[in-house]
Amino acid sequence: MTRAGGFFLAVGALTLPLWLQSPYHVHVAIMAGIFGVLAMSLNLLLGYTGQLSLGHAAFFGIGAYTSALLTLKLDWSFWPALAAAVALAGAAGLFIGRLALKLRGAYFVLVTISFAGVVSLVSVNWIELTNGPLGLPGVPAPELGPWSLRTKTAYYYLVLAAVALSYVVCRRLVRSRIGRALVALRENEPLAESVGVDVTHYLVLATVVSAAMAGLGGSLYAHYTRFVSPEVFLFTYTVTMVIMVVAGGKGTLAGPLVGAVLFTALPEALRAAASWQWQMLAYGLLLILLVFFLPRGIVPRLAAAFPGRR
Amino acid sequence: MLAVQDLAVRFGGVTALESVSFEVRPGSITSVIGPNGAGKTTAFNAITGYLRPTGGRITYDGVGLTGLRPSSIARRGIVRTFQKTSVFPALSVEDNVLTGLHLRGTAGFLAVLAGRRRLAAEERALTAEAAEIIEFVGLAHRRPEPASALPYGEQRLVELGVALAARPRLLLLDEPGAGMTGSEKLVVSGLIRRVREQGVTVLLVEHDMRMVMGISDTVIVLNGGRVIAEGAPAAIQAHPEVIRAYLGGSAASA
Repeated sequence: MTRAGGFFLAVGALTLPLWLQSPYHVHVAIMAGIFGVLAMSLNLLLGYTGQLSLGHAAFFGIGAYTSALLTLKLDWSFWPALAAAVALAGAAGLFIGRLALKLRGAYFVLVTISFAGVVSLVSVNWIELTNGPLGLPGVPAPELGPWSLRTKTAYYYLVLAAVALSYVVCRRLVRSRIGRALVALRENEPLAESVGVDVTHYLVLATVVSAAMAGLGGSLYAHYTRFVSPEVFLFTYTVTMVIMVVAGGKGTLAGPLVGAVLFTALPEALRAAASWQWQMLAYGLLLILLVFFLPRGIVPRLAAAFPGRR
Repeated sequence: MLAVQDLAVRFGGVTALESVSFEVRPGSITSVIGPNGAGKTTAFNAITGYLRPTGGRITYDGVGLTGLRPSSIARRGIVRTFQKTSVFPALSVEDNVLTGLHLRGTAGFLAVLAGRRRLAAEERALTAEAAEIIEFVGLAHRRPEPASALPYGEQRLVELGVALAARPRLLLLDEPGAGMTGSEKLVVSGLIRRVREQGVTVLLVEHDMRMVMGISDTVIVLNGGRVIAEGAPAAIQAHPEVIRAYLGGSAASA
């Protein structure tokens, strides 16, 4: 992206609450931001290493529950709880990465799906800890020094900071020798090994970073909706992330963000325009059209149309 | 330098290699030849860790290699290419070679996250090194193009560039001339000679006899999973068993 384009985008994002008319629109922006973090997290695996995690909601849910439980049951304040959510989700990523050490493609998908299934069952059945299907209400709003980040506008800026942080992390990783090692795994694993890339090591690293980032998204979600239930582990969340990454452009830095904004705003817009059945139909139709006309995603198509911009 | 002792590889009941022993002298160009199915690529796979041998020992400067993963073997300076063209297809020629330079870089995870200033300098140095290698294999005009868009012969040069980027001390080339035109093969032979002049030892699997006989110091002949002859190119060409293996028993006297 050009310098000027980045500048205007940053100014736009920073002043967005001033432009938006209602708290409802700010809410949509916040959800887009949270999903932006999640989509960037998934993209790190799917877009760069080429491995599809279909259990990504597990890391999201682990982040949400960790943060909610620590603030509710142990009276931790938001920031250490957020850090713990990131750390625990990252640890889960390490576990999955190690488990999937030799597994690629379909087998990686199966391990991640199974993991999400197990974690989801734990959240439903370990009632003493998680309150089971009833979930955990009353998750406190974050505070920053003397200020409460209870208002939507304040929370928007918190989420925006998380998006910026995740973006910087992805960008730095991708544009380093680590990023090249991840892409080498996607492109040609035996060749990568032959020039000394310890492919497995980098896959584990990517899984940990990706999971930690999803945990960040989970914590932000918990303290925004103020309620966590086993629904955070729903497969729908993972599918939504995959759609955002694929539609936006997997293996690009901006793609997941574009996908997240589009596929958060779109259902909301459709909701205003049509009844429930028609919403789903229109959503599905748009997906088919996107896959048909932009198989590599929106961002790569734009990049091809405007050469020199990446 | 590289010593292979009693190397055996069996796939179930099929014996691909049966007690193969040979040595590669430092600074030499050594070729492994033999009819299809003689076990040449199997030997390469075993040496570079892509295949665990059933028996025997492979040592490099006296240190055992058996059981190591390919990336650790590459770390020790043994780099291979593949029989079937093997590049990073979606990446540009430059990024292909930059990926090959992986071991030359030092940036670790935390340094990358912190965005240290030193990293930019390292990236510049690596990019310059990549440019040099691309120039060396003669692909300077192709630098920004995706490897998959290149014609076959040039893809094989990309592959060579990626391998050279890993700074091998021992380079194993699996049929570098396969499918190339005569003039492309001359270019490859020239490159292999220049690589050797830079102090890299080369072990080569190749079918093109003119190429093999032209550049090799030593030729090892495999047939049916065994070494049937070893020596200088001229001696090999006259070796009765080699002629029999290649031309069949009755033709040997013709």
